[in-house]
Amino acid sequence: MRCEAAFAMTAIASIVALAPVHQDYLLEARQMQALSFAVHIPLVCFGVAFPAMLMFVEWLYLRTGDELYRTLAKRWTKVMVALFAVGVITGTILSFEMGLLWPNFTATFGSVFGLGFAVEGFSFFVEAIFIGIYVYGWDRLSPRAHFASGIPIVISGFTGSLMVISVNAWMNHPSGFRLSGGQAVDVHPLAALFGNSYLWHELVHMYLAAYIVTGFLVAGAYAFGRLRGRWGRYERTALAIPLTVAALAAPVQVLVGDWNGREVARAQPTKLAAIEGLPGTTSGASLHLLGWYTDGEIKYGIAIPKLLSLLAFHDPNATVQGLEAVPADERPPVNIVRVAFQTMVGIGTLLALIGVAYLAVRVRRKRLPKSRWFYRALVIAGPLSVVALISGWVTTEVGRQPWVVYEVMRTSDAVTGAGGIPVGYATLALVYLGVGIAVAWVLRRLARVPLELPASPPHSPVGD
Amino acid sequence: MHLYDVPLLFALIGLVLYTVLAGADFGAGLWQLFAGRGPKSVRVRDHAHDSMAAVWEANHVWLIFVLTVVWTAYPGAFGSIASTLSIPLFIAAVGIIFRGGAYALRAGTSTPRELRAIDTVTAVASIITPFALGAAVGGIASGRVPVGNAAGHLASSWLNPTSILIGVLAVATAAYLAAVYLAADAVRLGKPDLERHFRARALGAGIVAGAIALGGLAVLHSDAHSLYHDLVEGAGRPALVVSILAGLTTLALVWRHGYEPARYSAAAAVAAIIAGWALAQKPIFLPGLTIEQAAAPDDTLITIVIAVICGAAILFPSLALLFRLVLGGRLDYAPAAVSSAGQGRSVLSASAPGVLARSAGACFVAGLGFLTAAEAGWTHALGIVSLFGFIILGFLAVAPSELARGDSEDQRVTKL
Repeated sequence: MRCEAAFAMTAIASIVALAPVHQDYLLEARQMQALSFAVHIPLVCFGVAFPAMLMFVEWLYLRTGDELYRTLAKRWTKVMVALFAVGVITGTILSFEMGLLWPNFTATFGSVFGLGFAVEGFSFFVEAIFIGIYVYGWDRLSPRAHFASGIPIVISGFTGSLMVISVNAWMNHPSGFRLSGGQAVDVHPLAALFGNSYLWHELVHMYLAAYIVTGFLVAGAYAFGRLRGRWGRYERTALAIPLTVAALAAPVQVLVGDWNGREVARAQPTKLAAIEGLPGTTSGASLHLLGWYTDGEIKYGIAIPKLLSLLAFHDPNATVQGLEAVPADERPPVNIVRVAFQTMVGIGTLLALIGVAYLAVRVRRKRLPKSRWFYRALVIAGPLSVVALISGWVTTEVGRQPWVVYEVMRTSDAVTGAGGIPVGYATLALVYLGVGIAVAWVLRRLARVPLELPASPPHSPVGD
Repeated sequence: MHLYDVPLLFALIGLVLYTVLAGADFGAGLWQLFAGRGPKSVRVRDHAHDSMAAVWEANHVWLIFVLTVVWTAYPGAFGSIASTLSIPLFIAAVGIIFRGGAYALRAGTSTPRELRAIDTVTAVASIITPFALGAAVGGIASGRVPVGNAAGHLASSWLNPTSILIGVLAVATAAYLAAVYLAADAVRLGKPDLERHFRARALGAGIVAGAIALGGLAVLHSDAHSLYHDLVEGAGRPALVVSILAGLTTLALVWRHGYEPARYSAAAAVAAIIAGWALAQKPIFLPGLTIEQAAAPDDTLITIVIAVICGAAILFPSLALLFRLVLGGRLDYAPAAVSSAGQGRSVLSASAPGVLARSAGACFVAGLGFLTAAEAGWTHALGIVSLFGFIILGFLAVAPSELARGDSEDQRVTKL
């Protein structure tokens, strides 16, 4: 009886199992997906972190009554709206691409991971609604109600990243289902998405990254202004708040990144081997800085003995699994993963140092840094943090290859059978180039609108 | 109704809301294109923009809702649809980029020429996107999307009489809905010339949309006969009748300047068409695939239904708030109360920065121990809490707003 029911279920399920097809342009499809993420993720950082900084400024206004904070918050609101609008459309593209590029992935596992995106959709909804209320309500709501309308934006930014990361963590460390006849059965979506030990370190890493990227980019914009002589209290406030957030988060990210490395070592040894470029399984494996992986070894790198074993397993003599432990067609492209990883770690370290330098000046001299070199570094730190962010995603996503669902489904089995991928890719690249130019144009225009500061002197009588 | 039908019902409700809300947004873009030139055209375009600016993002999320519910609950059908109809869906996606991008850009415009250029881009995207989405729906409704990875014809699945009919109908409907909503907004804002402008367009577009819908039945008769049969003589018939009645009611209401009720009857006419399609096609999802066969396992269906219901409990009150604010102009608030905002308090009245700084340092050390030195999952959780404590306490200790208060030159601030 149970057998028959099970058989009937499989029979029904097998009708919708989509057969893998050959796709000449798999690499282009992957690049198109990667491009879409690379455009969207920095905008997500602003969606997650910027509202919180904005809310802090508005809270300052509510508490002190200082109009300067209100002016700053209103101007940041315009930036938030413009970037959120672009984030909405780039996010919509991503949800289209789930089906347009990877129909077999969605068709086979939509029942397992789809819930994450559905709930993310609601987060997106709440974010969009309250951003609408927040923007529209500046002069139409009481100050307290207006401040309150910002709180759901901050919360939904967090829940949204939780949902998306839960899907990514599942792709890297799949569970909560069984495969039968090419179809997912025994599906437990909640366990698959939220009972996954791989979720938490990814989530924390990304959430912090959002604050670091936003913090350094916003601070970098005002640092650029300082180098050109714009340095009133307004500008100093607008620089100090995001910079403080980033300066505190960047050193923490070093520790969190180390935690991520240990989790990767435990669950995805092949990815770790690609990150280091470790050909054979080795005890007391060394770590190479820089260099290039070729013919099964790292050329021109600086070797630090036993460091890989120590970092990955807290034991200088631990055995680290090499690339050769899996067949050649199950290994990711080593140099892409390696270079991306080293870029991320290098920039991350630099950002942490900038953060520590800022905090040290604050503690010892009780003022903002004065050196022009500090502000020049800040100007570069913003774009660099975006490079680190993308490099981190390249590390984890290219490091997952050739699997779309780790050790369950190959990316080549997930791809669409439809033609025209190069055309789509070229179109999207052009469109995104236009979007990039448009965003730069709009932000410049918004920055050029003259400040309408209240006539009060820089030292507000109420605050001192 | 079975469990496997419920998510599809949600998706169809989402599709109705997307059509009547985001459809009006596209329609507003279309009216910007046909606004002509001269001073009045600027007012028309500004009105069309301002009516939608606060709500368009929320309106567009309905499409994402539809996509995510369908791929979670009917993954195989979703994969088949998305791969065969990849071209119109991609075109729609690009159109959405332009539509949304224009909203972002409009904030930065300063000259009428820039504004007109952006509005034109918006408007072109506003025609292409509903057409492409309608054409995709036509491909599904006329049975041209077989089960499989890109198993259908990439061109004829969406370039066929039914698809073109539904695509054109989608554009006309968008124009019609937008004209009705914009006329209603013009009345509310006291702009009689714009009311006349959009009233005429609402009547014209309504008649055109109705004519396309009725004339289209002949197209369905020859191109998608089983759909025609089920729609006119079968299960879809009541919905078809409701749609016609609602459409006529709307025209009468617009004629008599009753725009507020016309908003709802216009939306009802559109909703009835979608319901008619669903009823006519039930229980077939794609050729050879019933809704039951397409549905995900029960665990997934139950979870998604619960998730949607919980989500709706948050969503609808929030949406109501947004629309009340936008349509009502304000939320029971007199701006005169602004002065009560500032209490003149200093930022760090009670807290001692030194204590904060030392606590932050302690949190960092604890985080280092729990996250980096220790190995267990619960210690990692404690470590993360400590490190976030470090960031928050550290932020309060640094007191960036006080720090910025000091002069650009050597003024010392709060002692740590």
